[in-house]
Amino acid sequence: MSSTEQKAPLERVPVMQQILDSPFLLLFLGVTLPTVLYLIWGVMEVASVPLAK
Amino acid sequence: MTAETVIGAVPAKAEFRTCQYTGLKVDVAAQRLIIANAVAAVVFLAIGGLMGLLVALTRWPAVHLLPADWFYLILTGHGANVLLFWIIFFEMAILYFASAVLLNSRLAAPKLGWLGFILMIVGALATNVAVLQGDSSVMFTSYPPMMAKPHFYLGIILFAVGALIGCGLFFATLVIAKEEGTYEGSIPLVTFGALTAAIIAVFTIASGAIILIPTWLWSLGLISDIDPLMYKVVWWAMGHSSQQINVSAHVSLWYLTAALLVGAKPLSEKVSRTAFFMYILFLQLASAHHLLAEPGMDASWKIVNTSYMMYLAVMGSMVHGLTVPGAIEAAQRRNGFDRGMFEWLRKAPWGNPAFSGMFLSLVFFGFIGGISGVVLGTEQLNVLMHNTIYVPGHFHGTVVAGTTLAFMGATYIVLPLIFQREIVWPKLAKIQPYLFGIGAAGISLFMMGAGTLGVARRHWDMTFSDASIGFAHSAGAFLMMGLNGIFAIIAAIGGIIFVLVVVATAFFGKKITSGHKLTFPLFSGGGAVASHYGSEKAPKLPGTIILVTIFFVCFVLYYFINWKYLSELWLFR
Repeated sequence: MSSTEQKAPLERVPVMQQILDSPFLLLFLGVTLPTVLYLIWGVMEVASVPLAK
Repeated sequence: MTAETVIGAVPAKAEFRTCQYTGLKVDVAAQRLIIANAVAAVVFLAIGGLMGLLVALTRWPAVHLLPADWFYLILTGHGANVLLFWIIFFEMAILYFASAVLLNSRLAAPKLGWLGFILMIVGALATNVAVLQGDSSVMFTSYPPMMAKPHFYLGIILFAVGALIGCGLFFATLVIAKEEGTYEGSIPLVTFGALTAAIIAVFTIASGAIILIPTWLWSLGLISDIDPLMYKVVWWAMGHSSQQINVSAHVSLWYLTAALLVGAKPLSEKVSRTAFFMYILFLQLASAHHLLAEPGMDASWKIVNTSYMMYLAVMGSMVHGLTVPGAIEAAQRRNGFDRGMFEWLRKAPWGNPAFSGMFLSLVFFGFIGGISGVVLGTEQLNVLMHNTIYVPGHFHGTVVAGTTLAFMGATYIVLPLIFQREIVWPKLAKIQPYLFGIGAAGISLFMMGAGTLGVARRHWDMTFSDASIGFAHSAGAFLMMGLNGIFAIIAAIGGIIFVLVVVATAFFGKKITSGHKLTFPLFSGGGAVASHYGSEKAPKLPGTIILVTIFFVCFVLYYFINWKYLSELWLFR
C-alpha cells in the first residue's frame, strides 16, 4: 500500500448504506419482523380463542 | 476470517469462461446448475400449465371439460406445479446467476447445489405422484381437515429443504465474492434484488417447515389433530411469501433485462435499494390478507399486517414501477431516442422477446396484479370479493402476467448467454410474449370480473346443477367465465410456443462460438452496467411521468369505485 493511500482519510459510510451492505443483518431483519408481527402475534391470537364447551 | 473457514465445502479452484457478450466471468459449475434448474423449471411449467388449461376449460360453462373429482385433482396439481415448482426452480437459477455470475465469483459448494437440486426434483415428483394417485386432491392450500397422502407433504418438505440449500449457497457465494474481492463497493442492484428474494425465501421455507412437518406427521397418524386456523395462519406465511420471492426476483430481472438490452442504469441506487429494503421488512406481512375474513383473528392483527405494513411494501413496488421504466427512458434518451415524449418507448427493442416479456410483465403486474392486490389487502374491501374467483384473477395478474412473463423474457437472455445456444424459430419467439401476456392479462381481468359478480373460486360447477336450492348467476358472470376460457387458450398457445422454443433451442439450437452475432443482440456494455453499482446522472423522464400519472389515476379510481360498491352493500335509510 502506498504512503498516499495510507494518509487518505477514510470516507464515512452512511449508516443506511452500512445496513444495506450487510446481507446477514438484512436476513435477520427480514426474518425477525414477519416472525414477530405476523407469525407469533397470529399464533397468540389463535391460541387465545376460547375453546367451545 | 476467510471464505474457506465460513463454508467448509468450497472447492479450491473453479473453472471459468468469459462471456463474449457481457464480459462477465462465468463459473462453469454455476452455469451447469443454472441450466439444470432452468430446464427443471420449464418442465414443471409445461406440466402445470397444461393442468391450468384443463382447469380453465372446466370452468368455462359451455365446455365444462372434466368431471368433479378430476377437476379438483388437476387444480391441486396446477397449483403445486406452477406456484411452487416452476417458479422456485427458476428462482434458484436466478440466485446462482445473480451471485456467482454477476459478481464474477466462483459458486460456493456446487456439490451441495446438486444435492439441493436432487432434493427439489425428488420432492416435486413425490408431490406430483401423490396428486396423480388421486387421494390428495386437497388443492394447493391443503387446509385441514382435508388430508393428503404423506408423500404429498413430504414432497413439498424435501423440495423446500433443497431450495433452502440453494439460498444458503447464495449467501455463501456473497461471502466468498466479498472475501476474494471479485467486486468493489456494494453488490450490484440486481444481486441486491436477488438477496431480497433469498431473504424472503428463508422466511417462507422456515414457515413451511413449521406447519408442513406436523401436518405430515398428522397424515402418518402420529399427531391426532391439526387446528385449521393455526394451520391457515402459519401456512400462509409460506403460501403467500413464496409469491413474494417471485416479486423480488422478477423486479430484479426487470432491472437486469433493462441493463442488458438498452444499457439502463438505476435512476438512483439508493432509492431502488430502499424499495427492496421495504420488501425485506414488510412484504411477507401481506400474507395476512388471506385471513381477513377469519373470525378468530383480531382486527388489530389484520389491519397492522395489511392496511399498515403491506402499504409500505406496496410503496416499494410503486417505486420500482417508476424507476424501471424511468431507467429505460433515461438510457434510451442517452442512446439517441430523445425526440418528444415517447420516442424512447416507440424505438425500444420490441422485437426482442426478452424486452417485450419484461415490459409487458411490468405493465400487467402493476395495473392488474398490483392494484387488485391493494384492494384485496384492504380489510373492508376484501369482503366484496373474498373467496370469489377474483382472488385467482389477482394472483394470475401477479404470478402469471407478472412473474411468469418476466421469467419467460429472461429465458431468452439465458439461452444464448448460459446455454450458449442460438434461439431457434426467432419469429415464433418474437410473438410468444405478446400471446402469453395478452392471454394471461385476459384471464386475470375476466376472473376478476366474474369474482366481482360473485362467482366462487375453486367451484367445479357455477350452475350449481346438483344443488337442492337453486341459484343462477347473472348472464354477465357466464360471459366472463367464457372469455376467461378463450384467453386461457391464447395463454396456453403462448406457453406451448415458449416450451417448444426453449426445448428446441436447448437441444438443437446452433452452438454459439466466438464472434457469433446474436439474433436478439444485447446492448454493448450492458453486462458492465448490470454487474456494477452506479446511478444514472441527471435523467429526464417526461414520458415516464405521464405513464406513472396514468397508473395513479387508474389506481385511485379503481380503489374508490370499490369503496362505492362497498357502500351499496348495506344501505342505511
